[in-house]
Amino acid sequence: MKIILNNKEEIFETEELTINELLQLKKYTFKMLVIKVNGNIVKKSEYYTKTVVEGDDVMVLHLVSGG
Amino acid sequence: MTFEQVKSILKTKTVGIAGCGGLGSNCAVALARVGIGKLVIADFDLVEEGNLNRQFYFYDQIGMLKVAALKQNLFRINPDVKVYSFDIRLCQSDVLEVFSNCDVIVEAFDKAEMKYMILDAVHNHLPEKFLVMGVGMAGWGDNNLIRSRKSDKLTICGDELNAIADNCPPLAPRVGVVANLQANAVLEILLGPNEHQIHNPH
Repeated sequence: MKIILNNKEEIFETEELTINELLQLKKYTFKMLVIKVNGNIVKKSEYYTKTVVEGDDVMVLHLVSGG
Repeated sequence: MTFEQVKSILKTKTVGIAGCGGLGSNCAVALARVGIGKLVIADFDLVEEGNLNRQFYFYDQIGMLKVAALKQNLFRINPDVKVYSFDIRLCQSDVLEVFSNCDVIVEAFDKAEMKYMILDAVHNHLPEKFLVMGVGMAGWGDNNLIRSRKSDKLTICGDELNAIADNCPPLAPRVGVVANLQANAVLEILLGPNEHQIHNPH
């Protein structure tokens, strides 16, 4: 499948991935992550069930301290 | 658009600033200079000497409430800006109450947990609001890592990488860049793109 991940096109071999699988594949291991799929925030409790499929627009935002 | 036209639009607008540290104080100053109508500022902290390496305060304001000192400084820059200040440590319900009349909310907290809190609050309870966040600005150099990106009504400004740490302190140049990127994003939201400006040279 082809998705948009952080504004870039990415191709994966599988037809779908759970959020958790996507994070592991892309090695996003940070604690304070915000995931948006097609504009909607995915709750942490949904990381194992919510799937990303062809054409989805995924934003992975790592919140870091500082301001 | 002339500056007079810009001002006539901006004077009808209200911007909320959540946190008055390095991001919030500098962003508020930029917005005051261009003539925003109202600023709603919130912070619980006092000005400390260690803040002066990046925050828009003065040596003789050490010990003052940040919101009081910022209000004073904004008034000295542009007395026409109405400043509503809240001396509170914001929680979710405060965010909804304090910023519900703002056209745009600027997230300017220091802690990642607070950034998450306001993103969650705005996304779930004020979904029609624009939120402009500052994420990643510690250290120095690496100009080209600093950028901004958008997803619907959310704008993220910063390098999204560099957290503050003892060996990676927040300093005026990078913090100021991100604060001003946030102010610039606010203008784009409030004014729309400028048709007399070159947007893409290629």
